[in-house]
Amino acid sequence: MSGSKKRTPISTGSEWTFDLIEDYDREIGRIAKELGLDTYRNQIEVITSEQMMDAYASIGMPLNYSHWSFGKQFVETEQNYKRGRMGLAYEIVINSDPCIAYLMEENTITMQALVIAHACYGHNSFFKGNYLFQTWTDATAIIDYLLFAKNYISQCEERYGLDEVEQLLDSCHALMNYGVNRYKRPRPLTAAEERERQMAREEYIQRHLNDLWNTIPRKEVSEEEKVVRYPKEPEENLLYFIEKNAPLLEPWQREVIRIVRKIAQYFYPQKQTQVMNEGWATFWHYTLLHQLYDEGLVTDGFMMEFLHSHSSVVYQPPFDSPYFSGINPYTLGYNMFQDIRRICEHPTDEDREWFPDIAGSNWIETLDNAMRNYKDESFIMQYLSPRLMRELRLFAILDDAERPTLRVDAIHDEMGYRRLREELSAQYNLGNREPNIQVYNVNVRGDRSLTLRHYIHNGQPLGESTDEVLKHVHRLWGFDVQLESVTPKNELVQVYHCPPKEVSIELA
Amino acid sequence: MSYIIDRRLNAKKKSTVNRQRFLRRYKQHIKRAVEDAIHDRSISDIERGGEVTIPRRDISEPIFHHGKGGRNTRIYPGNKEFVTGDEFQRPQGGGGGGAGQGKAGNQGEGEDNFTFTISQDEFLDFMFEDLELPYLVRKQLKDATSFETRRAGFSTSGSPEKLHIVRSLRAAHARRIALGGEERKEIRELRKQLWELEALPVGEVPHEEIQALRDKIAELDKKARRLPFIDDFDLRYNNLIRVPLPSSKAVMFCVMDVSGSMTQTIKDIAKRFFILLYLFLQRNYKQIELVFVRHHTHAKEVDEQEFFYSRETGGTIVSSALQLSADIIDARYSPADWNIYVAQASDGDNWDGDSATCSDLLMKRILKKVQYFAYVEITTGPHQNLWYEYEQVHDAFPDEFAMQHITDAGEIYPVFRKLFEKRTEGAA
Repeated sequence: MSGSKKRTPISTGSEWTFDLIEDYDREIGRIAKELGLDTYRNQIEVITSEQMMDAYASIGMPLNYSHWSFGKQFVETEQNYKRGRMGLAYEIVINSDPCIAYLMEENTITMQALVIAHACYGHNSFFKGNYLFQTWTDATAIIDYLLFAKNYISQCEERYGLDEVEQLLDSCHALMNYGVNRYKRPRPLTAAEERERQMAREEYIQRHLNDLWNTIPRKEVSEEEKVVRYPKEPEENLLYFIEKNAPLLEPWQREVIRIVRKIAQYFYPQKQTQVMNEGWATFWHYTLLHQLYDEGLVTDGFMMEFLHSHSSVVYQPPFDSPYFSGINPYTLGYNMFQDIRRICEHPTDEDREWFPDIAGSNWIETLDNAMRNYKDESFIMQYLSPRLMRELRLFAILDDAERPTLRVDAIHDEMGYRRLREELSAQYNLGNREPNIQVYNVNVRGDRSLTLRHYIHNGQPLGESTDEVLKHVHRLWGFDVQLESVTPKNELVQVYHCPPKEVSIELA
Repeated sequence: MSYIIDRRLNAKKKSTVNRQRFLRRYKQHIKRAVEDAIHDRSISDIERGGEVTIPRRDISEPIFHHGKGGRNTRIYPGNKEFVTGDEFQRPQGGGGGGAGQGKAGNQGEGEDNFTFTISQDEFLDFMFEDLELPYLVRKQLKDATSFETRRAGFSTSGSPEKLHIVRSLRAAHARRIALGGEERKEIRELRKQLWELEALPVGEVPHEEIQALRDKIAELDKKARRLPFIDDFDLRYNNLIRVPLPSSKAVMFCVMDVSGSMTQTIKDIAKRFFILLYLFLQRNYKQIELVFVRHHTHAKEVDEQEFFYSRETGGTIVSSALQLSADIIDARYSPADWNIYVAQASDGDNWDGDSATCSDLLMKRILKKVQYFAYVEITTGPHQNLWYEYEQVHDAFPDEFAMQHITDAGEIYPVFRKLFEKRTEGAA
């Protein structure tokens, strides 16, 4: 459709105006629609760099409760930015309906167009389409919920004091990664409901607790009654368990825990789809802006600036470069989506062998399907092609603490493709990245102590901050807490206590 | 359809609260940094903001994470010459490919620090936290300069812009009810009669009587209506009065020795002490007067500029300065109206016969009038007679008279804090 009807470019200079942004948005939106992107409505907000730093500091949300850690984040960002150590991200986009995207006023019109394509159509369609986001988040309600949370927490601060609330939040933040349900769909959050039901919940929990901690002796069933653990099944959502079962918490404290939990849950899909989400958005800004160029709507200068920025975004420094800091999710994701398109449009024999289902199929449908139904782990497992592994020259290093040397376990060759793919996929499995810690038992009849279990994976022990985190668990639980590291063979390797057990035994 | 919104004019400092929370939490660290900064800086830039460094360990937020050890397979890009099965030594320290998932920076053993800047205001806040002028009393001033306008009910006269409409109309309404009451009562009576007459059977209706009643009613009605709706008499005005505010007026005498025995370093220390004092006063007390007195053998009242920057030397007669201060107090600052403070800095060197005069002046003419007299002696040598004289003064007036000793610049701030610490049992 190019060539014959060249049109005049939308803009030729580098300055942006609101009219130009509107023009670009209209054109990019039109092309996105033609290519089948389904998005929430967009709300594009122009902000200053200072406001961008504000947004950074509150984990990208337009509003959030107050906490010193966000202040620390802000101070750090500000400092780095002022010293020129770091540029600000070009954009922040929020998974909400309408989808809010920030444009920074310092950017050129080219960058604004890039951000519109990347955020308002790329990320936006991903938020709307991907199954994890659909299952776990409610785009329409998040802003309301954050408002509720902010107000509730500031009320608590007024009523119970800053320090009290701050300590509680510190403890919750320490366990934030363990405040998500991985398999169950939580109830959708609506702010109105939250407020209404909050009181009822408070009362219910308190009453329920009393049953659990009931000290009136029950009828003796039989002497050798089997020791029943509580909870019967290990619970992976530590914050949930504490919220519902910690004996001494006040109702408002339970509510605060719940708020942190809900926010953690909201961000959970983002953590699991970093490669896909960024890859998808990068693929689409590339594709959409090229389409604009093909239609003659942007100039050569525009494209040069865009490509310069694009190629620095998807640059992957090799492992021995001083700039190397892990695999760049933009590179991996972008290349995988481009690769899928290539497999659809120009499949080789190798592709036909590896991907019989998609080789030669309609690329738009195939990509759409990939975007909707996968997360990083499964996406890599499903779609990483031998050709891309060769291009990125991937290799696997086995670091086994029991061996004196590192070993190259697999490289990009016939023998190694499957191995590489499995290992890379596992690398993005959150379950492998974070230690697997679950609530194992509560001593309901005795000292009310809480036992957590760490299920050791690949022999990796817990890090040095474990004792610190346990202090936070102890603060929330209110009674002794212990953490046991257990091997897959059910052998106890290490036990952490909070408060620390006295060491008199060793002296004896 | 997209909405495009210009948010640039929205509140910028959204993170201020969080930033303050952060400062609040690390107050101790910041205070220490501020103290260090005060030691290191020269006079002119003590007022600027400063850099604060906190060990990263102290501000980390702990989470559960994997430690070293175990079996780990990592994928790296950019293979050059490796083939499957190659083995090689672990890279030592942080070099090479050991970095992993990009989150290495915050958790490695490399103990880097968290450094950030605080603004001038915050810097001074931390600097002067918990300090105050001791025994500050609120005094009622004859020539009070500040008034507060307060509401004091309503008045019947005033300027049009103070008109209180609701009150005025209410007054008018009341007046109309009061003045028209008689007529309306009569009208009601007549109406009742009228209805009775009109209700009679058709043949018996007394037309003349009815007409007469109607005329009467109309006349009364007219009379009632003639009452004005609003009258000058009804108008009410907001009444505002000016109340003089009792204020805590204070004057600070800065007395500095500039004699020849004061070396350049000692003068520097003295000036830094006074600058600190000056900043403290300016910052915390809006209405405070400052009197600068410099002396060698003569004392002279000077302005700020001259006090801090001019160079002049000579012999030393401390009593001259005290004499001048006492004269100024008598002439301009009556203790009934003013809180009077004196800060004196000297190297303790004084003309031999003069020290007794000093303590005499202090006890007789000054200490009874002032709230607080702070003496700072800056010397590395042994104390001289002035110090011993002053010690006796201190014994006689333990509350009003304080003395401290500074040997080097590092002590300025601690001594300053000691002199102006918040006291729990105030005299006010």
